[in-house]
Amino acid sequence: MKRLVPLWIAIIAGFAMLLSAFLPATESLGETFGDVFNVVAAIAFVLGAGSLAKINLAKVSRKDQGWGYAVVTLVCFAITLLAGLGKIGVHPNPNFAALPWSGDKESEGGLFAWIYEYGLVPITATMFALLAFYVASAAFRAFRAKNVEAVLLLSTAFIVLLGRTFAGVVLTGWLPDWASGLRLENLSVYIMQVFNTAGNRAIIIGIALGVAATSLRILLGVDRSWMGSGDAK
Amino acid sequence: MSGFIKVLEGLDRRWIYLAMAISVAGPIIYIGLTGRTLPESATPAAEAVYNAIEELPARSRVLFSFDFDPGSGGELIPMATSLVHQCAARGHKMYFIALWPLGPQLIEDTIKRVITADYPHLKEGVDFVNFGYQAGNEAVMKVMLTDFVKAFPKTKTGDASAQVPMMEGVTRASDFPLLITISAGYPGAKEWVQYVVSSSGGKVKMVTGCTGVQTPQLYPYFPGQLAGMLGAIKGAAEYESLVNANLAKTSGDAKVQPKYQEAQRRMGPQLGAHLLMVALIVLGNIAYFAKRREGARASA
Repeated sequence: MKRLVPLWIAIIAGFAMLLSAFLPATESLGETFGDVFNVVAAIAFVLGAGSLAKINLAKVSRKDQGWGYAVVTLVCFAITLLAGLGKIGVHPNPNFAALPWSGDKESEGGLFAWIYEYGLVPITATMFALLAFYVASAAFRAFRAKNVEAVLLLSTAFIVLLGRTFAGVVLTGWLPDWASGLRLENLSVYIMQVFNTAGNRAIIIGIALGVAATSLRILLGVDRSWMGSGDAK
Repeated sequence: MSGFIKVLEGLDRRWIYLAMAISVAGPIIYIGLTGRTLPESATPAAEAVYNAIEELPARSRVLFSFDFDPGSGGELIPMATSLVHQCAARGHKMYFIALWPLGPQLIEDTIKRVITADYPHLKEGVDFVNFGYQAGNEAVMKVMLTDFVKAFPKTKTGDASAQVPMMEGVTRASDFPLLITISAGYPGAKEWVQYVVSSSGGKVKMVTGCTGVQTPQLYPYFPGQLAGMLGAIKGAAEYESLVNANLAKTSGDAKVQPKYQEAQRRMGPQLGAHLLMVALIVLGNIAYFAKRREGARASA
């Protein structure tokens, strides 16, 4: 039963969405399932929060390696959740001034907005900024011209790295107009528009065919791997 | 093995980190002190974004989807700033939505930075409106195709969407002649192409500003499903210079506020970092070939 119900939900919803794209008469059916999906997506947030708490609490109680990070995660999660749900420090919406909780949780002055501004933004910016250091180190140690493929990759990397900056203009800007296609900035665009596009289109078409085949297998109930491999019957 | 090669072989990664810090910090400090930026010439993809907004008649409806979070802000916030700047200057009606949970705050920031600061005559609900975030990814896009208000029943301020004055005449996604998505991943530009642009039968024209990682993946859609594209901070800088130059021409004021030059300013550190990367790859390969030659000699 545990497998049969989700299976039929997937089959009915899948076919409804599929038909709604081709038959105007079933358009509203597709909309209804779209609404249901939105409700389920909202509920999934609660499920996600529960899962986050469960996994991290288990880590802490078992004193697994790095359990201190789990404590940080849980504390930050609890503070952010309280700040958002409790609308701590949020002023009421001017349209509904009599209602103390009518303000938007993200409005200026609230704790939630403060956490976003002074916690989340600097942390995420730092995380991405660190990538530059790791990429530089990796470029020095791992980017080797070992064979023809690697040489091609390196040449392309040089053209794109230089062509995407002012260095490209400085290095090849002197080329006459009839040879402007060889300027690094133009070569960089050419690589993106021709070689990259051709390769990516092939990948996209391949993925699309794979998705269509897998979707059909799910809709027909042949592929049931998405339900997991539990012993539920 | 020569001394130089030995140094390269045993180079501590902390020296590389230091070199990267200097090559990025140097241009930041220089540009910060002098205010000078590197010149940019627009590629066809960036020009197409500019033209898509410029060619719309004044008061056209433009739907903005902020599909990113602060992590990608370094590349995407300058794009968002300039895109809203051009739309506001052209007098278009701007509708903001977000399919990423942290999008609404980025919308608020952009509205404050551009509209509130430089276009105070524009009124919320009449000239621009923020619908905030809606969970559901592609499902939200699908619902928008037939019923926009159903997908976003309320604005960020809590008003019923159907009652907002600028919603008159808006029923579905195809009622927006231009869709602009500022995209950092999933859901983002690719999903908008697949679920909205393709399904609208050509009624929805779309341009995007995306991260460097997404740019190669989105190029196959340009100039077909994507009318224009700003790829990474380079695309943002090209577009920014185009907007600034043309707005200066029409207003007669050549002075540009630093917030509208953010992408161009960031091309300096990018130049420093890219040159260092090229130098590191060359040095790494010198060390590799020297070691290989030595190994070949030893075995002979």
